[in-house]
Amino acid sequence: MSPTTTKEISIGDVAAREAAGINQMDGEDRMALNVGPSHPTTHGVLRLILELNGDLIEKCEPVLGYLHRGDEKIAENMTYNQFVPYTDRLDYLSPLANNVAYAISVEKLTGLELPERCQAIRVLVCELARISSHLLGMGVFGMDAGAWTPFMYTFTEREKLYTLFEELTGARFTTSYTRIGGVARDIPEGWLDRVSKFCDELPFATDEVEKLLTRNRIFLDRTEGIGQITKEDALAYGLTGPNLRASGIDLDLRKDKPYSGYEKYDFDVPIGTRGDCYDRYLVRIEEVRQSIRIIKQVIADFPSGAWYAEDAKKIFAPPKEKILSSMEELIQNFMIVTEGPQIPSGEVYFEAENPKGALGFYIVSKGGGVPYRMKIRAPSFCNLSILEKLVPGHQLSDITVILGSLDFVMGECDR
Amino acid sequence: MIANEVAYNGKVEGDVIVTKADAVINWIRKHSVWPMPMGLACCAIELMASAASRYDISRFGMEVMRFSPRQSDCMIVAGTVTYKMAEVVRRIYDQMGDPKWVVAMGACASTGGMYRSYAVMQGVDNIVPVDVYVSGCPPRPEALLDAMMKLQDKIGKESSVKALTKSASAVSS
Amino acid sequence: MIDQDFIDELLVKHEYLSLVSHEDCLTLSCNRDHWLNFASYLSLEETFDLLVDLTAIDHGEDAEVRFSVVCHYYSRVHHDYIRVHVECASNENPEILSISSVYPSADWHERETFDMFGIRFTNHPNMKRILMWDEYPYFPLRKEFPLAGIDTPLPAPDVVEVTDASVEPAPMMGGPFVSSGSGPMSDSEPRAKDESWTEKSEKPV
Repeated sequence: MSPTTTKEISIGDVAAREAAGINQMDGEDRMALNVGPSHPTTHGVLRLILELNGDLIEKCEPVLGYLHRGDEKIAENMTYNQFVPYTDRLDYLSPLANNVAYAISVEKLTGLELPERCQAIRVLVCELARISSHLLGMGVFGMDAGAWTPFMYTFTEREKLYTLFEELTGARFTTSYTRIGGVARDIPEGWLDRVSKFCDELPFATDEVEKLLTRNRIFLDRTEGIGQITKEDALAYGLTGPNLRASGIDLDLRKDKPYSGYEKYDFDVPIGTRGDCYDRYLVRIEEVRQSIRIIKQVIADFPSGAWYAEDAKKIFAPPKEKILSSMEELIQNFMIVTEGPQIPSGEVYFEAENPKGALGFYIVSKGGGVPYRMKIRAPSFCNLSILEKLVPGHQLSDITVILGSLDFVMGECDR
Repeated sequence: MIANEVAYNGKVEGDVIVTKADAVINWIRKHSVWPMPMGLACCAIELMASAASRYDISRFGMEVMRFSPRQSDCMIVAGTVTYKMAEVVRRIYDQMGDPKWVVAMGACASTGGMYRSYAVMQGVDNIVPVDVYVSGCPPRPEALLDAMMKLQDKIGKESSVKALTKSASAVSS
Repeated sequence: MIDQDFIDELLVKHEYLSLVSHEDCLTLSCNRDHWLNFASYLSLEETFDLLVDLTAIDHGEDAEVRFSVVCHYYSRVHHDYIRVHVECASNENPEILSISSVYPSADWHERETFDMFGIRFTNHPNMKRILMWDEYPYFPLRKEFPLAGIDTPLPAPDVVEVTDASVEPAPMMGGPFVSSGSGPMSDSEPRAKDESWTEKSEKPV
């Protein structure tokens, strides 16, 4: 051991470290450390191979693919509607938002215009999904920093959301709610009231979490100034979503390229200033509040009318009661189930502002009911690519906080 | 009296308990299951939900989730096991001390589920012996709780003493 | 939005570009020798500072040019995407220049494209597989590769010794039933698209 490593250096103080010359040590004292793929802080099956110099990380090599399930190959082998359940399992913290992003990208190929009610339903479920995802993100982030209680509070709220999802879609978790050209079913009676009741109660819970974390000295010490991402780096590595906005870049596709009628609603886009772990947490908690705002506006002016594109006979299967009572609808349903929705040839790229970032679908169609090629642009995949640059220079214990603040999901990262 | 129950009747025996060794060992084992959450994919979130406020797995004495295989005796495989992950799952299983049990949570871990593809192992039972399979994609927390109680029943019926003496003789020989 | 003037100017400045018909965003086809130049032009002189996606398409074994790389740039000023198609040099050993020196985010995307299609990106700092394990012999997203997969040994010999496991083709007998959507009813009836083999019957030769 060379004498420089025994010097006491305060946590996260990069300047002091450089002054002590720790970053210019010889190679002989380094240690390789393997974190993951089964590790509590990696939120799934991420693996990091670290090169340590004492407690300092000098090099970080992420290894992915432990959850690579071949979604893109599967998509080439089934009809458009059959793929909807697989989109649930991409970012499995916000299945509803994934469903919507996928459905809109296919609809863009067909040039289909959806009725207002359907769009409003989609906006509503997207924002509920955002709340559910951020609640888990904050809870788990607190847990990574050593606080167990916020996790319990956020999970209580998530369970309320699960009850709402179950009533709407029939499933707590993997919802598969959209179809190409509409949604699976209309909203149940009285459901909107229960959603607005939930939205009224939620701020109390988020305030509680804020009380526990936002001004918590330990939490501040562990997150402030850690994992700072500059604006330039954030753009260069293709970060999107809250991680990009925490670095101070005003990019929200709901504002910049509105889809599904987002332009009708009034909301703010929270922006960070320093791009550290603390800012990423603050951005998320503010986004939850903005989502509540959007939901209240949607409910206040909920359109009536059809909840699916009625004129799209070759794309959307009619509701069950019509199938059972009319021959024409029966045949229409049969054709869509067997041959898939008939999508014209062409290529399309669509990105939606998902809780984790911009989830994009690039679809190449050669006509018929099966895509020729489908590429899923996963926000977590791009967000994680910055790790190689971000992690070196931090202490080993900062890894948990940095990973927690990036809020990624391996299901969509590896696909 | 059922052979697997701990017999205790203070009025007759005073402070002495007379029972079978198997019953005592199994009774101890089944009420102190320390799960190792092998959270791989979507099911891991439902696993978290069952540990969180509404479902509260600690009602059944299994809340001590340990991420270190050395400290745990029941591996809950929650999620899709890919071929790349398979070796890791097996290595972690090997590191767990005996006796150990495995719960395959969800369709993916049980059979490969909806992922019939080149990258996914069609069931974790290809590499580790599974004690309880849970259906569902993902299973509800209630289903997991039920599975854990089934596992307790199973542990209660094992012939632990035989297994102990067998492994001891295997070591000595 | 990108307007017509912008497109005209772009095409005049760069004669190696050609316009492709498009439905959603501006789509260009770029000559492969110039595609790195064009990427740095978009990044440095235009406002397309976000490379959102990079991937490839396999046009099938019989196609004249089999592989083409597609990438999407986003501009925060125009609020719009540009899609660029580039054809890869060889059908057997496809190759193309890496743009990771201009856009660091391309690094992982290019590794993934190599992993899935076998397209080599020259000058890439770390051209190896990212999703499948390093020794995996196939490129799964190529059209001739079956969805079920192909027999391969597992990467860990010690685990194979204990468990006797290997990478086996997934049984497809209950697989998704898809219709080809054309031809007489007897041909187009829905069936598992990848109907190679099942657990019980051998793979038809």
